[in-house]
Amino acid sequence: MTAGILLLGTSGCNAQVMLFDPGGPVSRLESHLMIWTFVLTAVIVIPVIGLLWYIVRRFRDVPGNDAPYKPDWSESTSLEVVWWAIPIVIVGILSVVTAKDTFALTRPPEKLSTKPVTIQVTSLNWKWLFQYPGQKVATVNYCYIPTNQAVQFVLTSDAPMNSFWVPRLGGQEYTMPGMAMRLWLQADKPDVYFGSGANFTGHGFAHMRFHVVAVPRAQFDNWVKQVKSSSPPLTELGLTELRKPGLTGQLTYSSYPPNSFTKMIMKDGGMYMAHDRGILDTTTF
Amino acid sequence: MLRGDVQPTPFFVTGDPMILASDVLIALTLVGIVAALTYFKKWKWLWREWLTTVDHKKIGIMYLIAALLMMFRGGVDAELMRTQLALPNGRLLQPEHYDQIFTTHGTVMILFMAMPFIFAMMNIAVPLQIGARDVAFPYLNAISFWMFFFGAMLLNLSFVIGGSPDAGWVSYPPLSETPFSPGPGENFYLLALQTSGIGSIATGINFLVTIFKMRAPGMTLMRMPLFVWSIIGTSVLIIFAFPALTVALALILFDRLMGAHFFTILQGGVPMMYINLFWIWGHPEVYIVILPAFGIFSEVVSTFSKKRTFGYSSMVASIMAISVISYLVWAHHFFTMGAGPGVNAFFAIASMCVGIPTGVKVFNWLFTMYQGRIRLTTAMMWAIGFIPNFAIGGATGIMLAAAPADYQYHNSYFLIAHFHQVLIGGVVYGMLAGMYYWWPKMFGFILDDRLGKAAFWLFNIGFYVCFLPQYQLGFMGMTRRIYTYPAGMGWTTLNLISTIGAYIMGIGFVFIVLDVLYSAWRGERDVTGDPWDARTLEWSLPSPAPHYNFAKIPVITARDAWWVAKQENHGKLNEPDEPIAPIHMPKNSGVPFLFALAFFVGGFGLVWEWYWLAALGLAGVLLCLVTRSWDYNTDYYVPVEEIEHTEMALRRSPT
Ligand code: HEM
Ligand SMILES: [Cu+2]
Repeated sequence: MTAGILLLGTSGCNAQVMLFDPGGPVSRLESHLMIWTFVLTAVIVIPVIGLLWYIVRRFRDVPGNDAPYKPDWSESTSLEVVWWAIPIVIVGILSVVTAKDTFALTRPPEKLSTKPVTIQVTSLNWKWLFQYPGQKVATVNYCYIPTNQAVQFVLTSDAPMNSFWVPRLGGQEYTMPGMAMRLWLQADKPDVYFGSGANFTGHGFAHMRFHVVAVPRAQFDNWVKQVKSSSPPLTELGLTELRKPGLTGQLTYSSYPPNSFTKMIMKDGGMYMAHDRGILDTTTF
Repeated sequence: MLRGDVQPTPFFVTGDPMILASDVLIALTLVGIVAALTYFKKWKWLWREWLTTVDHKKIGIMYLIAALLMMFRGGVDAELMRTQLALPNGRLLQPEHYDQIFTTHGTVMILFMAMPFIFAMMNIAVPLQIGARDVAFPYLNAISFWMFFFGAMLLNLSFVIGGSPDAGWVSYPPLSETPFSPGPGENFYLLALQTSGIGSIATGINFLVTIFKMRAPGMTLMRMPLFVWSIIGTSVLIIFAFPALTVALALILFDRLMGAHFFTILQGGVPMMYINLFWIWGHPEVYIVILPAFGIFSEVVSTFSKKRTFGYSSMVASIMAISVISYLVWAHHFFTMGAGPGVNAFFAIASMCVGIPTGVKVFNWLFTMYQGRIRLTTAMMWAIGFIPNFAIGGATGIMLAAAPADYQYHNSYFLIAHFHQVLIGGVVYGMLAGMYYWWPKMFGFILDDRLGKAAFWLFNIGFYVCFLPQYQLGFMGMTRRIYTYPAGMGWTTLNLISTIGAYIMGIGFVFIVLDVLYSAWRGERDVTGDPWDARTLEWSLPSPAPHYNFAKIPVITARDAWWVAKQENHGKLNEPDEPIAPIHMPKNSGVPFLFALAFFVGGFGLVWEWYWLAALGLAGVLLCLVTRSWDYNTDYYVPVEEIEHTEMALRRSPT
């Protein structure tokens, strides 16, 4: 099983320009914003470089240059109004688009028809633990999600803060000790999506890559069943082992100690923001 | 397999053959310097002329030398990192080593290269440009320099003693807390920054007061050179931003040394608080270093276009607007840390607003050149090369500021490319432009133009080869701070190209060094004091300027006072119609050096938690303060004969 995923994994992330190859509505929205900002800033950058090229060529201090020379010409209200106005307009447009998208991304990408699959993600030194409170299974360094429906990731860390990033599905969000943060992602098509930790956490950080395997819902349910029947449970002891600094491959567990995610967050006093408690209440089962 | 448990650190770092080799080199260099000073009997000279000086011009030169040395050190770090990343699964560096290198690279380049470089420029130029004889507090100025110097030494020492910090230049807790970063490395970082930070705050205050209080008669604010305006902006930002860093570093230090829990995971610590404090300093910091570069570009562009600066009032307004706005955007460094959409939208829009005054400045530079007469000297090349760089860097800044897009760019190589484009293409180009421009004023000879241009082209081309691929690597999902990456991600070619670019830039730097050496040997002497046919007051003085700067303080009647004097008054400034009077000057003092040395000793004690040594350092600090407080012999008058003699020798008739 693990070997299969690895195979899929290597074929799934070949030389992609991931940010412009969106695999779901979240990353699609983000890539549109990226293109907007690119075009609107290019509207200034390209003329500036062109103008520079022209001016430096035209007004050189060489004998016989017949270009006009006006050493004291240094004010022009109309010109200055123009170049205060251009960036103001561009920034104005960008501000509206940005604000709209920022608010949109705090909601699930599409209306939820069924209860969303929730995955509790914990970054450890130096591995990713995924727990499925609805399905009661757990994995390490890879996870399965159903396609075509919003998936709710709830993020925390039991180590220095990392950042959970699956570029083709959507932008990242930090994993912070003592906090729970929500990230909505959704995959359109079955595929293996490359993911990695994005915020430096020490010596093993470079190896904190994982795969998100998106499959149709029926197959997802099958996968859960199979895991439940064939994988070992994650015990308290196993959890302690995982917390120790080091690397591991991909692991699969048929169950995990109940409430271990919440306990992880609360054990050091965590949850200092009421807002996080709200997130946790909606996601623990 | 990587292991988490950390071995106790030995006092001397010896394990790695590369470090061992550098240890030996450093030791040999030190021996060489000591031997040379002794052989040529230069110890007294060193102490009298340099270590105890309070002259802003000499302090500026010392900052410059330090900045260039640190640029070399940070540059070697950079080349090592790029070599490691040139190919997948690189084997040159172990992760521990790579992590230390990117940490010290960032820290050194921002705090011990960019900062002293801007301090060098402002020390050299500001008093001369406003017609002053020194800064407002020359003694404090010396303290600032030595605090910077010993702070930098403390950080660099960690390379050979104890081990370098490795939690990144931002040093986020909980990673930077004891459980994850045991050992003295992180303490070196904290105390080095703390020490030099005190110096920086003092410099901010010093220059703000200098500019407000010490201008020549008639030099109204709106007649000041734009470089001076940019230093107002920078000083204000330093004064308001650095205290936040001081607090953030102090609190981590309490956590690490005294078992407090401000930012730990345990006991309800709030790491987020550090991140806010850090960036409340950190974002203004990037503008602290870019504003002086803006100022230099204004001077250089106007001089080498033989034309008045276009839209002076807009330029002033932009500098001030940038200073204010840049204090309101810090959260754009952590859009992805769970702030609500309202907060993120606010900071996104505020960040984009910085682009407005910046854009205006670019257009004004362009129109300063427009209908001028452009001379392509090396200084001007750096200024012209800056404009496309900054246009692109500013644009990618705005792309990053669009919060939802930043969720993707954050921590990727796109971000790396952005800030190198503005920091190298903006700050470093600006400082090099300033260095080439004011070099004759500092040393009395002109840097060779051919070598200078070769350096420029190598560096500029190398820059694009190095950093444009990194934007694309960001699009391809490559994250920052990884010491290695697997093959098969499609990242290999671009990384290889990027590394080649880095080497080309390295060669460019070597050419700058060659230029300095060659020109010192055979460079053209500047006998006029005004080699560029320039516009502002410093060029009315001989090169180098006498230690009291102006024998008589000129009366200013217009912007670009020296240009106007050349146009309308046969190159004579308006000077009061009085005989030369004795000039009141500060005396040299060894206390600033000893004061900062005491900080260094105390800091070193804290690094190792040797509290007896820390106490000794603190006692030294107090002793210096007391000594100075009871020292009434701090100033003197330069007698008229000496002034007349000096002025004669400089072939300027005193009137
Ligand atoms: C129009 C002007 C600019 C805008 C809108 C802008 C925007 C941004 C944003 C949003 C980030 C955070 C990106 C992230 O962490 O995901 C960033 C990072 C950064 N910017 Fe800029 N920027 C601008 C100009 C500058 C300038 C002038 C400098 C320095 C001279 C600079 C230096 C940096 C640095 C050093 C970082 C990254 C620090 C780190 O995470 O290590 N930026 N910029
Ligand atoms: Cu910033």
